[in-house]
Formats: sequence, structure tokens, C-alpha cells
Amino acid sequence: MTLPLFFFYIFSAICIASALMVIASRNPVHSVLFLILAFVNAAGIFMLAGAEFLALILIVVYVGAVAVLFLFVVMMLDVDFAELGKGMLQYMPIAIVVGIIFGLELLMVAGSWFITPEVAGGSVLPIDAGVENTRALGQVIYTRYVYLFEAAGIVLLVAMIGAIVLTLRHKPGVRRQDIATQVGRRPKDAVEVVKVESGKGI
Amino acid sequence: MTELLSDYLPIVIFVGLSGVIGLALLVAPFIIAIKRPDPEKVSAYECGFDAFDDARMKFDVRFYLVAILFIIFDLEVAFLFPWAVAFRDVGWFGFWSMMIFLAVLTIGFVYEWRKGALEWD
Amino acid sequence: MTSDLTDIFALAPAYPELALVIGAVLLLMIGVFQKNNHFMTINGLAIGLMGAVLVLLLFAPSDGVLFNGGFVQDEFSRFMKVLVLIGSIGALLVSVSAAEEHALNKFEYPVLVLLATLGMMMMISANDLISLYVALELQSLSLYVVAALKRDSARATEAGLKYFVLGALSSGMLLYGASMVYGFTGQTELGAITEAIALGEPSIGLIFGLVFLLAGLAFKISAVPFHMWTPDVYEGAPTPVTAFFAAAPKVAAMALFVRLTYGTFAPISTDWQQIVIFISILSMVLAAFAAIGQNNVKRLIAYSSIGHVGFALVGLSAGSQAGVQGVAIYMAVYLAMTIGLFACILSLKSDKGYIEQISDMKGLAQSRPFIAVIIAVMMFSLIGLPPLAGFFAKWQVFLAAVEARLYWLAVIGVLASAVSAFYYLRIVRTMYFDEPENNFAAAPMELTVVMGLAGLFVITYVFTFGGPIARMAEIAAASLH
Repeated sequence: MTLPLFFFYIFSAICIASALMVIASRNPVHSVLFLILAFVNAAGIFMLAGAEFLALILIVVYVGAVAVLFLFVVMMLDVDFAELGKGMLQYMPIAIVVGIIFGLELLMVAGSWFITPEVAGGSVLPIDAGVENTRALGQVIYTRYVYLFEAAGIVLLVAMIGAIVLTLRHKPGVRRQDIATQVGRRPKDAVEVVKVESGKGI
Repeated sequence: MTELLSDYLPIVIFVGLSGVIGLALLVAPFIIAIKRPDPEKVSAYECGFDAFDDARMKFDVRFYLVAILFIIFDLEVAFLFPWAVAFRDVGWFGFWSMMIFLAVLTIGFVYEWRKGALEWD
Repeated sequence: MTSDLTDIFALAPAYPELALVIGAVLLLMIGVFQKNNHFMTINGLAIGLMGAVLVLLLFAPSDGVLFNGGFVQDEFSRFMKVLVLIGSIGALLVSVSAAEEHALNKFEYPVLVLLATLGMMMMISANDLISLYVALELQSLSLYVVAALKRDSARATEAGLKYFVLGALSSGMLLYGASMVYGFTGQTELGAITEAIALGEPSIGLIFGLVFLLAGLAFKISAVPFHMWTPDVYEGAPTPVTAFFAAAPKVAAMALFVRLTYGTFAPISTDWQQIVIFISILSMVLAAFAAIGQNNVKRLIAYSSIGHVGFALVGLSAGSQAGVQGVAIYMAVYLAMTIGLFACILSLKSDKGYIEQISDMKGLAQSRPFIAVIIAVMMFSLIGLPPLAGFFAKWQVFLAAVEARLYWLAVIGVLASAVSAFYYLRIVRTMYFDEPENNFAAAPMELTVVMGLAGLFVITYVFTFGGPIARMAEIAAASLH
């Protein structure tokens, strides 16, 4: 029991520290790198909780894709973040108040969990210890939760349409390769044999 | 639970080991290497200049489009893992529910293709 | 674990949604395989599709709970879905003539509206915390895109971005609340949550979850203090899109709000009633005073819609069946007034383009008397003057509040109505008593039809539509318990 506990503290300490660095570091690219570190440690915590699948998806999707997207956005915006950050101290008091409130709420929730432990007992789907959790997820996502699964597919479709509608622009006058037309082209479409009378030109 | 975690022990050892090696390679030069800095030696090379500006520049929004389309398909693939693992348990119903899911995303793919989002101009 | 679906007929309660999703995908494919931009065709087909779904809902009703409790179709959801469909059809109709000027003439626009409508219908039918969230995201994501669809306009892009960032924040709150509710009840299905709550004293964590859930939803219905985005988004988005935003999504979010509070959290009604009363009063009062200083028509309508959400919530505050019936009636009347009003605004196109400011309407009564009359009728109805529809809607919610002994709430509501009369009447005064400045082109046919229908609804409400709507709303409210 001590070893998982040890890792838990390591992961959560690094996670919190790097989350702090995300908002504290001056260079936005560093912020993204710290975000990646936070994701990796969060994946470690998931792993300790026994949620292998989520942990690995977190790394594949968030570290592999979302963080890269963040990098793109940071580059694309080209905002002077040092300038933006100057006003931050001004908001600090409000942020601290909000932070304290959230902290208290979390404490209260944790507290009432200890006070009324039976509430966490009943669960929609009890976890079967004999089944590894990727399989356990697979057993319900595609049958019991088929509605949500297909709905998620439609959400992804909307995301695709949205991304294309909002950002896709074609430069006018760009000549594209059109392989079918190119291959289908015949000599008589392109070459014309002209009989030229001597001394006259065309 | 601990059984599950002990499966990952090799990774922990691997990460620890690579961390130690990396750190050792970083720290060793500080301790061993000879350091005699002087202002001329550490300045930019004689015909070079100090940097004028930030090296970063604006990206074309198209990179973003490619990245976001990639994420969408990445997420789609994430759904395929549990399906493959539990394939025997979910039966025909599970099979067809995945086929519908894939059909919806294929529609999205066809849309992308026809709009020319997969072409770079 | 298997699904409860045995065959295609078992899906009957979800046929409207299925028809919408298949139709939306088909239209997307038709649109993308056309050589030219066939916005008009796709828009017409989308309107037709929603009309067909409306008919299906009304004349082939089928109730039931599907997908292991993820989806419920009952009288309440049918009532609200009909409203949502009418709102979406209206929004697409009024955007026909204005689409080109507002850079909406892409075939994706009707497809996204269809998908947003699908999301709203799924929201209304959500019977599980997870399906609630997924439906909400489907709806919101489509709306964010639609808001920024006029992508060369800085204002529309800003509106879309603002809506997106604040919407994401509110989804986060909702999700936080949902996870707490799940944590403290161990259930995600709404019915099972009700049973779990009824078992004992509600824990403080559950109350927190409820508060976060309601905060997230209050954002979606733009109730004060989560209304900040509304004026900016309504002003920045293209006007046909604003017409859509002001109508259908409000109804859907309100339906979800009612289902969660009056339905699911019925055992702890005293807890949520405080919150609802609080945001109801704030919305009514703030909107009444903030709208006075507005000169932009769309900003004014935004504040007006915030105020009307406040009035609708008065009915919910009562926590009674009559109150919920009042909310349902209120949303129906609000929808008709909003669509009618936007049809009027979109038919006011002078040589300088579509009107933006209230002062652009000067002397409208002389150049376009019909439009001026309809706008005036809508304004009087929005104030709540008898014998127009708005009066009966307000009457119903205030009556429910009085029956629940919330006298002071009803008094505040009446006072807020009186204050709001000031800015509504200012528009009427501008139209009738100022000298005309602009020449307006004749209104397109479909806008005249929409204006005429809305006007007819509002004026003859008490004789014609009022009775059937009240009866349907009563059945709808009764089906929640």
C-alpha cells in the first residue's frame, strides 16, 4: 500500500506544480509544455486509480493531439503574452477568493463523503474486478450506452463541419491537380494540326 | 489493484532509469567540464547579431484545420480500442452500433474530401 | 450487458430524432455534391424535413423510455419539441431573404440548424445525466459554429468566440454539478436520482451539485447572473442567427431546466425554489432597467429575452403543476412573439442595409404601415397588455405564483412589466410619432406570411389558440410526475 501512496503523492505534486507553471510561466510555449507534463501526471493518477484505459487515452489524445493543437494556437495567435500577463496581478485578489471558495467546496464534499459514506456505495454499474477495464468499458459503450455512443459520433461530425466551415479558405485561381482529367486527356483535345501555307504564317 | 499496478513496474523502472541517465548527462558537464567564461567568449559570434525579435511567427490557419481534423479521427480511433477488446461480448448489436458510428464519421470524411479540406490549396 | 432495443419498432419514440439525423446527413451530402451553392434548395429541404418531423410528432405520438433510461418521450417533451421545431422552422424561414446579405448562404447553415435542433430535442428528452450533457454539447457546438458563420465579420467572429468560451465555462459547471450529483446518489438516470434523494436527508454535496447544475443551465437560458453573453452575442451574430438563438434554444434549455427541477429534484423542491426565485427576480428587474438605455434593436431584444426568461421562471418558482403549465404556455407565446418580431426586423431593409438601431425605425408607420402594426402588436404583447397573448402568458405564471403564496414575487413581476413597458413603448413612439428617414423595400412574401401568422396568433390568442395550448400544456405538465 505504501508504494502506490508514494506514487500518488509524486504524481499529484508534480501535476499541481506544473499546473501552476502553466499559468505562471512567461513563455506560452513553456506553458503548453507544462500542460503536457500535467496531463502525463494526471494519467499517472488515473493509472493508480485503476483506470488504465482512461490513462492511456489521456496520453494518446491529450498529450498526442490536443497539446499539439494548443501549440498551433499559441503560434497562430502570436499574441504578446508578456503584455497580457501584466494585468494579471490586478485580478489576483478575485482569483484568490474564487480559489478559496472552490477549495472549501472540495473540502466540504470530501467531508460529507466521510460523514455519509453509504452514498458512494450504490453505483449504476458496479465494477467487476475480474474484467480489465478496457473490456469492461467495451461491454457497455456499444450496447447499453449505444445512444450516447452514436450521439458522440454526431458531435464529432458537427465538430468536423464546424472546423471546415469556419477555417477553410481556398485561394482563388490556384490550379489543382485533377488526375482523372489529366489521364483522360487525348491528343485531339490539346494538339491541333494546322496546315500552314508557306510565306504566310498563322 | 496492486496486481494491475505491478504490471506497470517495468515502465516505472524504465522511466526512472532514463531519468537518471538524462540527469547524469546534464549534471556531469557542470561538475567535470572546464569553464573559463569571459565576456568576449560568451557573446554572439563576431559577425552575428543579438536576436532582434521573437523567433516565433504566425502560422497559417490551415495547420490548425489539419490538427483539428486529426484530433477528431484520433478520438474516433479511441472508441475502437474497447470495441476490439470486447468484440466477443458485444455481439452483432455492438458490431452494428460501431458500424453506424463509423458511417457517421465516414459522412464527415466525405464532406471533408469534397470540400477540399484535405488539399493544401 | 445488453441493450433494451430489440427491433426497429421499439425505437418508435425516437423516430423524430432519427428522421432528423438521417435527414441532416442526407442534406449535408446533397449539399456537398452539388456543383454550385444550392443554399435555397437545402434550406427549403431542411424546412420541409422539420415540418415532416413536426407532423410525425403530432400525429403519430409514441411515448416511452428508451436506451436503458437515457431517452424519454412523454407529453412534456412532445410539447416542448413541437415548440423547438416551430422555432427552428421559423428561424430558417426568416433567413431565406436575408441569408445572402448576412453571408449565411452556405448549405452548411441549414444543416447545422438541423443538427442543433436535433441536439435540442435530445436535451428535452434527456433522462440521464450523461445523455443530458451529450445532447447539450451537440446543441451548443452547432450554435457556436452558427454564431461565427459570417466569418469575415469581426463582430460575428467575436460573438462566436465569446459564446464559445462562456458556453464552455457553463458546460464545465454543469458537468461538475452532474458529477457531484452522481457521486452523492450513485445514479445517473434521473428517475433513479429522484428515488435516491427521496430516501433520506439531502447531503450538502448533493445541494452543491444541484446548484452547479442549475448555474450551468441558467447560462443556457441566459438568466441573470449568467446573462452577460446574451447582448453581445445577439448583437454580433447575423440577425437571422439571432432570431434562431432567441427562440428554439431557450425553449429547449427551459424544458431541461423544468425537467431537472420540477421532475428530478422534486423531493428537495424547497432547495431549488430559492435559487429559481432568486434568478427569476434578478432577471426580471435587471432586464427591465438595462434595456432602457439600449439603442441597438438586437441588444434590446436580448435584454427583453432575459426578462422574459425571468417571467417564465416565476411560474417554475411556484413548484406546482399549474406553474409548470404556465412555463410551457409562456414559452409557446414567447416563441411566437420572438419569431414574429424578428420577421418584422428582417423585412426592414432600407437602401443602407438592414436596420440596426431603434432610430432607423423612425416614421415606419407611414412607409410600411403593416410592419409597423405588427411590431406594435408584438411590443404590446411583450409588455403583457390584454387582450394579447403576452398578457395571458404572464397571467398564468403570476397566478401560479400567487397560488403558491409567493405574493411579493408576483408583485415584483408586475412592477418589472410596468418598467419594461417604457422601452417597448419607445419603439412604438419612434415608429408612429417621428418623421420618416429611410425608405424601406417591400417585405418578401415569406416574411409577410410569418408576420401575419405571428400577428394572428398574438391578437386572436384568447379565442383561438389559447384554449388548446393551455390544455396541451396542462397534460404536458402532468406528465412530469
